Amino acid sequence: MSTTSEPLRLITRDDVAPLAAGAAVFGTGGGGAVHTTQLSVETAIERFGPVRLMTVDELGPDDAVILLSGIGAPSVGIEMLGATAQVHTLIAEVERIIGRPVTAVMAAEIGGSNGVAPVGWAASLGVAVLDADGMGRAFPKSTMISMNVAGLASEFAVMGDVIGNVSVLRTLDMEWLERHARAFTIAAGGIAIGAHYLLTSETAPGAVIEGTVSRAVHVGRRLLESADPVVDMADELGADVLAGGKVIDIERLTEGGFTRGSVTIQGIGADRDRLLRVEIQNENLVVIEDGEIIVSVPDLITIVDTETGEAISTELLRFGQRVSVLAWPCDPLWRTERGLELAGPHAFGYDLAYAPFVSRTAVAR
Amino acid sequence: MSARDLSVRDLSVGIDVGGTNTDAVVLDDAGTVIAWTKQATTVDVTGGIRAALAAVLADIGSRRDDVSRVMLGTTHATNAIVRRRDLGRVAVIRLGAPASTDFPPLAGWPSDLRDTVLAGALLAGGGHLVDGYPISALDLDEVRRFLDGLGGRVDAVAVCGIFSPSFPDQELEVAAVARDLLGPDVPISLSHEVGELGLLERENATVLNAALYRVARDVTEALLVAVADERLDAETFFAQNDGTLMAVEYAARYPVLTIGSGPANSIRGAARLSGAENAIVVDVGGTTSDLGVLVDRFPRESTLPREIGGVRTNFRMPDILSLGVGGGTIVDLANGVPLSDSVGHRITERALLFGGDTATLTDASAVESPGTIAGHALPPLDKATRAALVAALSVARDRVESAVERMSLGRTNLPLVVVGGGGFLVPDSVSGASEVFRPERGNVANAVGAAIALAGGRADQMCDYADRTAAIDSASRQAIDRAIQAGADPRAVEVVDVLETPVSYSTRPTLKVSVKAAGPLARIEQRTDTPAPPVSYSTKGTT
Repeated sequence: MSTTSEPLRLITRDDVAPLAAGAAVFGTGGGGAVHTTQLSVETAIERFGPVRLMTVDELGPDDAVILLSGIGAPSVGIEMLGATAQVHTLIAEVERIIGRPVTAVMAAEIGGSNGVAPVGWAASLGVAVLDADGMGRAFPKSTMISMNVAGLASEFAVMGDVIGNVSVLRTLDMEWLERHARAFTIAAGGIAIGAHYLLTSETAPGAVIEGTVSRAVHVGRRLLESADPVVDMADELGADVLAGGKVIDIERLTEGGFTRGSVTIQGIGADRDRLLRVEIQNENLVVIEDGEIIVSVPDLITIVDTETGEAISTELLRFGQRVSVLAWPCDPLWRTERGLELAGPHAFGYDLAYAPFVSRTAVAR
Repeated sequence: MSARDLSVRDLSVGIDVGGTNTDAVVLDDAGTVIAWTKQATTVDVTGGIRAALAAVLADIGSRRDDVSRVMLGTTHATNAIVRRRDLGRVAVIRLGAPASTDFPPLAGWPSDLRDTVLAGALLAGGGHLVDGYPISALDLDEVRRFLDGLGGRVDAVAVCGIFSPSFPDQELEVAAVARDLLGPDVPISLSHEVGELGLLERENATVLNAALYRVARDVTEALLVAVADERLDAETFFAQNDGTLMAVEYAARYPVLTIGSGPANSIRGAARLSGAENAIVVDVGGTTSDLGVLVDRFPRESTLPREIGGVRTNFRMPDILSLGVGGGTIVDLANGVPLSDSVGHRITERALLFGGDTATLTDASAVESPGTIAGHALPPLDKATRAALVAALSVARDRVESAVERMSLGRTNLPLVVVGGGGFLVPDSVSGASEVFRPERGNVANAVGAAIALAGGRADQMCDYADRTAAIDSASRQAIDRAIQAGADPRAVEVVDVLETPVSYSTRPTLKVSVKAAGPLARIEQRTDTPAPPVSYSTKGTT
């Protein structure tokens, strides 16, 4: 990883655009569009001031951290936008349950809009953001979270909708939470905010993926400020640029309405004669070249615009786009037996053995 | 009224009002350009339109009585937004509180534009969830109090309800209240008529639409006056973003829909001049080369949100790739490469060919083919300079060629149509294109595109996967209604595109369907309430 990645102490309004661009990269094709969320976070920081970013080491005995995330379809989320009171209602309920104030919030996933939104919620609540998240990327299910890998249970979850309804869920495990949260979200009109996993200075170390908010801001800043964004961003991420090419085929199978498909990228320039296939669901999941698997989930795969370096979500992939495919290793936590069971290729329905991705350029560095 | 039989009145006039020139063409029924002109655009718009119309009508003599339609494409609305000129003050009413209170109306607008346009905003109750369940009650008294409180300092009203594209009734109720209160002279812009799902982008478009009524009135009146002055018995139409037409009264209500019409007309016009229904079009100007693609008679659309004057909207606009390479592009003689800078319209003072001191790509072309600009020759140049110019031309051509390849989506059987003053930058053979056409009247492609456009309409809907057939039927009916409203012949209008996009991370399988309908313009005697034909369509994926 690049040496420029000092942890940030404060997130100001000017950090929001880089955070959003970086979160889109960590979204690995999913996680929801960041633009609308960026706007709400910028508005919140303008109204309430910058947000303090805390490291896990800084957590004291009185700190109580809660995970926050938006749940549901981003395309509903861009129509039915969030309510200012929503997160306050939610946190008031959390504080009633735990009997003390919440002092910081954490993103459940750094990838996509859920990596950006907690900063605006923290500004509005007047609390800090923990420089960490539960995925280090975007995943589609609430079971695929680092605390679950670490064997930590969430005693309760609180969900709130835009209208003001709040529901407290005490489920047997994360699978049940996924099911009940889904039912609430349908009643709420397809989109809701959820709070779960109370973390403290005792439980957070080892159960979260640290430094990811700072990292997203750094990656986003390199992307936005560089004259050669793809190369510089890859450097910042410690990623390999697998190939640069153009999209020559997109196949989307809507199995009962859910997307599952693949995109074929034909190399151009130095990568002429190469053909990469990326398997996609909500996120980019597997890269195949010449019948061989080059990268697979939980390692990270992001398709970016070759000129601007901006991440392209799976929904916006189109025939003819000039793209570069970036891949880099996931957090070691995901490579454990439990990590792979929850979020390895099998968890996404691919019958293939996971081989950890080793970055060639990072090794050379 | 002319004594002639309507059936032989087969001429169309296309007019394109650009920032610099107002072009006009007359097309016969076969699509042949029988007259054309280029006139300067005037500040009042009317002068340029009148001059251009007069010039082409003079050219066709007595056949002027055969002109039955006048179509106009213009960038006027775009320019008004970009320059913040002649914009109306808009009262913005959003329905759906407490949802969306995180985002005040016009959040993200450049502050000078917001100050110009915003008369006041109300975040009222109302709106729906995706499934139609109400978010909160609509309080019409609250709307009345808000409008009363503005004290008449309002030129137009914009109304935007959450999920109104699926459930438009509340917007219509609010419109009725506003009309009662403010009278018929204050226009009301409703979001479900303007844009698709995506609250902020649709609201932005609705507010821009409301702010543009005055500008729209100026342009529509300019056209009507010019046509009346010439005593033409012709119907008038405006070109819209997707390359279809709308009746002039429709354009007056939805001026924001004209915003992308320039590139759309250029692509359609250039392709028509070359005879192709599928083609890649490159317009090589002085500063940039703009590439677009015509797919089955319509410009391929970009799916990415577009900013207009710093405001984010979600209109479907033509997919345009703009390269910083044009006839006026300055050449770096030391390195033999084109720079990102251009001499622009000052080419006739600054280029070597015109006695200036700046080497441009036009000069580079003249090294290779001395006849590039008739009547002008290069001064004596040393060998190194000539070599640098030739090298720069080759780099520029490579860039154009790679852009063509990029736009072609891997199809190598599409012709490339070259228009614009810098067309010599494109070689006669381009890898990725089946052949290269240089139509004779490429200089007025925009006006030709306006003259040949069809009338169209569009509708979007979000639905459960299980209800997709019903949703496509209902969106198709809505799109067809809109196309007929825009002037399409009810007997010939058809669904031309159905796009289904699965909605990711949805709690149950959900689709967004987007339908476009289009058809030829109805002849005057056909403009009746003929029922729409039964809906038929073929479905495409999102690729």
